[in-house]
Amino acid sequence: MKKTYKVEVDCANCAAKMEEAVKKTEGVKDAALSFMTLKLKVEFEEGADIEAVMQNALKNCKKVEDDCEIFL
Amino acid sequence: MNKKQKKALNSIIISIILLTAISIFLHFVNIPIQLEFVLYMAPYLIIGYDILKKAVKGIFNRQVFDENFLMAVATVGAIVLGEFREGVAVMLFYQIGELFQSVAVGKSRKSISALMDIRPDYANILVDGEIEQIDPDDVEIGTEIIVNPGEKVPIDGIIVSGSTTLNTSALTGESLPRSAVSGDEIISGCINMTGAITVRTTKPFGESTVSKILDLVENSSMKKSRSENFITKFAKYYTPAVCYAALALAFLPPLILLITGNSPQWSVWVIRALTFLVISCPCALVISIPLSFFGGIGCASSNGILVKGSNYLESLSETKYIMFDKTGTLTKGVFEVVDIFPEYGFTKDKLLELAAYAENASSHPISLSLKRAYGKKLDIEKISDVKEIAGHGISAVVEGKTVCAGNIKLMKKLGLNDVACDKIGTIVYVAIDNVYAGCIVIADVVKDTSRAAIDALRTNGVKQTVMLTGDNKQTAEKIASDIGIDIVKSELLPADKVEEVEKIINMKSEKEKLAFVGDGINDAPVLSRADVGIAMGGLGSDAAIEAADIVLMDDDPAKIALAMKISVRTLSIVKQNIVFALLVKFICLALGAVGIANMWIAIFADVGVMIIAVINATRALRI
Repeated sequence: MKKTYKVEVDCANCAAKMEEAVKKTEGVKDAALSFMTLKLKVEFEEGADIEAVMQNALKNCKKVEDDCEIFL
Repeated sequence: MNKKQKKALNSIIISIILLTAISIFLHFVNIPIQLEFVLYMAPYLIIGYDILKKAVKGIFNRQVFDENFLMAVATVGAIVLGEFREGVAVMLFYQIGELFQSVAVGKSRKSISALMDIRPDYANILVDGEIEQIDPDDVEIGTEIIVNPGEKVPIDGIIVSGSTTLNTSALTGESLPRSAVSGDEIISGCINMTGAITVRTTKPFGESTVSKILDLVENSSMKKSRSENFITKFAKYYTPAVCYAALALAFLPPLILLITGNSPQWSVWVIRALTFLVISCPCALVISIPLSFFGGIGCASSNGILVKGSNYLESLSETKYIMFDKTGTLTKGVFEVVDIFPEYGFTKDKLLELAAYAENASSHPISLSLKRAYGKKLDIEKISDVKEIAGHGISAVVEGKTVCAGNIKLMKKLGLNDVACDKIGTIVYVAIDNVYAGCIVIADVVKDTSRAAIDALRTNGVKQTVMLTGDNKQTAEKIASDIGIDIVKSELLPADKVEEVEKIINMKSEKEKLAFVGDGINDAPVLSRADVGIAMGGLGSDAAIEAADIVLMDDDPAKIALAMKISVRTLSIVKQNIVFALLVKFICLALGAVGIANMWIAIFADVGVMIIAVINATRALRI
C-alpha cells in the first residue's frame, strides 16, 4: 500500500531528516521525500493502520524538525 | 513570496533599521554596557526568536546538532563575550540567507513546474445544450467532451467530430503540429490549435496520458541519486563532527596554553569556535544536489524525454555501452517503397501505379506500402478480375491489361525466369500481359536521425554501440553499416537479447553503465535488465512507460544523445557544487580555526555558498 502526501518544510537538510524519521516509524516499510516537489511517498507494511501510522510519523517528524507539516 | 517569507522579510527589515539606529546612537552616546545589552536585545529577539525557540525545542527532542542550534550557540556566545553587534548581525545575515534560499528554491521549483505544466484544469461537457466546465476527474469513460481551440485536451479519447491541428510539444518536445480528424485517437496533454472538436473519452482522467506523465515526473525526484544519498549521509556525520571540533577548538588550546603557563585567551578561542560553527552549516550541499537533478529532469521533460528518477539521470551520464533494438527504434518499423527498377519501356511511376492498382483490394502490409507510395486516389472502375494467388501474389485486369504482382514464384509460374533481383528487402515483381515489367523493393527504412544519433553518442563518450535484432543477418548488417553501429547481433530470439545484455554487463566494469534502447513492446525484460532502460514511448504507449527508466516521447533516436548531454551537464553541475561548497567550507573552517576568518567570512561561507550553489543548480534547467 503506497500513499503520497503533501508536506511543508523549509530546508533541504530538514527534509532529509524528516524522511529518515518517517522511515523509522512503525508500520512504514519505506518512505521517500522530495524536497523539490514537497511530496512524501510512504509505503506501508501489510495490514498497517494508515491513519495511526501517519499520526505517529508526523509526531516523529516534529521531533526532528519542529517547523514542518504533513498534510494528512 | 508566501506568508512565511513575507513575515521573515518584515522582521529582517525591522531589525536592520533597529540595528543601524542603535549603532549610530552608540557612536555618539556612551552608555553603560548593561544598557547597551538591553538595546541590542530588541533586534536580536525580533530576528532570532524563532531560531532560539527551535534550538531549545531541538535540545528537548534530542536533536542537538541542527543548524538552529549552531546559530543559537554562535550568536548567544558572541553576546556573552560582549560582541553584541556581531551577535545580532550574524543572526540577521543568517535569516537573510534563509529567506534568499527559500525564495530561490521556490522560484526554481516554480519555473521547473512551469516546464512540466501540462495538467488540464477542466473538461467541457454538454449539459442540456449548454457547455459546462467540470473537473476532468469527474468525467466518465465514454463521455463526449468538447475541446475548443487554445484548450488542452484533458482526457484520452477518440475524435467523434471536427478536425484540427494539435500542438504536442508539451508531450514530445516536437514543435511541428500534427493534424487530427474525426476517428483519430487523441491523447491528453496536447493543445488544440485550430478547430473545435468533440472527443469521446476512452479512459478515466487518472489513467490518461497526461496523468501518467505528471505522476511519473513528480515522482522522479523520489528516486534519489547516489550523489544525493552520499551528501545526506555525509551531512549526518559532518554536523556533529564539526560541533565536536568547535568544542575542542574552544577548550583545548586555552587549556594547553594554561598548562604551559601562558595566558589562556579564552575569548579568542571561543570566538574562533563560534565562527567555526557558523561556517559549518551543511545546507548548501544538501539543497543544491536535488535541485540540480530536478532542473535536469525538468529540462529533459521539456524536450520530450521523461526521466523516471535522478538515479537514472546519473547512470545515463556514465553510460559507455548502448544497445539498440532495430525495428521501431533505429528504423521506422513500417515498410516503405525504397526502390523501383522498371524494365526497358516502362517508367517508375507507371510500374508503381499498376502495382498499386493490382494490389488495391488487399490489406497486406506490402500492398498498403505500395498504395502509400503511389499516393494518388485509385479509380476502382479501372480494375476488374482480381485474383489472389495464395503464396504467390495477385493478378488483376487494369485498364484492359493483365497485371501480375507478387514474389519470384509468381514470375516463375508465368514462365518468366532469370528476373531475380538481389536487393535487400521484400521484392514485388510485376508482369504486364505476361511480360516482365520490373520490380519494386520494399524495406523497413532507417529513421532520418539514426545516423546522426549514433555519431552524437560517440562524441558524448559512448564506447560501443550494439544493435540487437531478430531480423536476418544480411538486412541487419546493411542497416548497421548505414548508420555506423559497431556490433550487430542478428537472428536473435527475445531470450537471446537478455543473454547478449548479460554478456556485456559481465564484461564491463562497475562504473561503466549499459543502456538499452527499445520500442518497449517486447523488450520489457531487457529494458529492466540494463542499467538504464530507454523506451521509444510513442505517444502514450503504456507498456513502454511502465517498463523503462527513461521514455522518449517522440521515438526520435537523436533524443538519446540529447538526454545524455543533459545528464552529463547536470552531473557536472552537481559535481561543481559539491566541490565548490566543500572546498569553500573547508578553507573557511581552516581559516576560522587559526583566527584569520572572522564572522563575516563565516557568514559568506554559509549563506553565500548556498546561494551560489542554488543559482548554479538552476543552470541545469537549460541546455
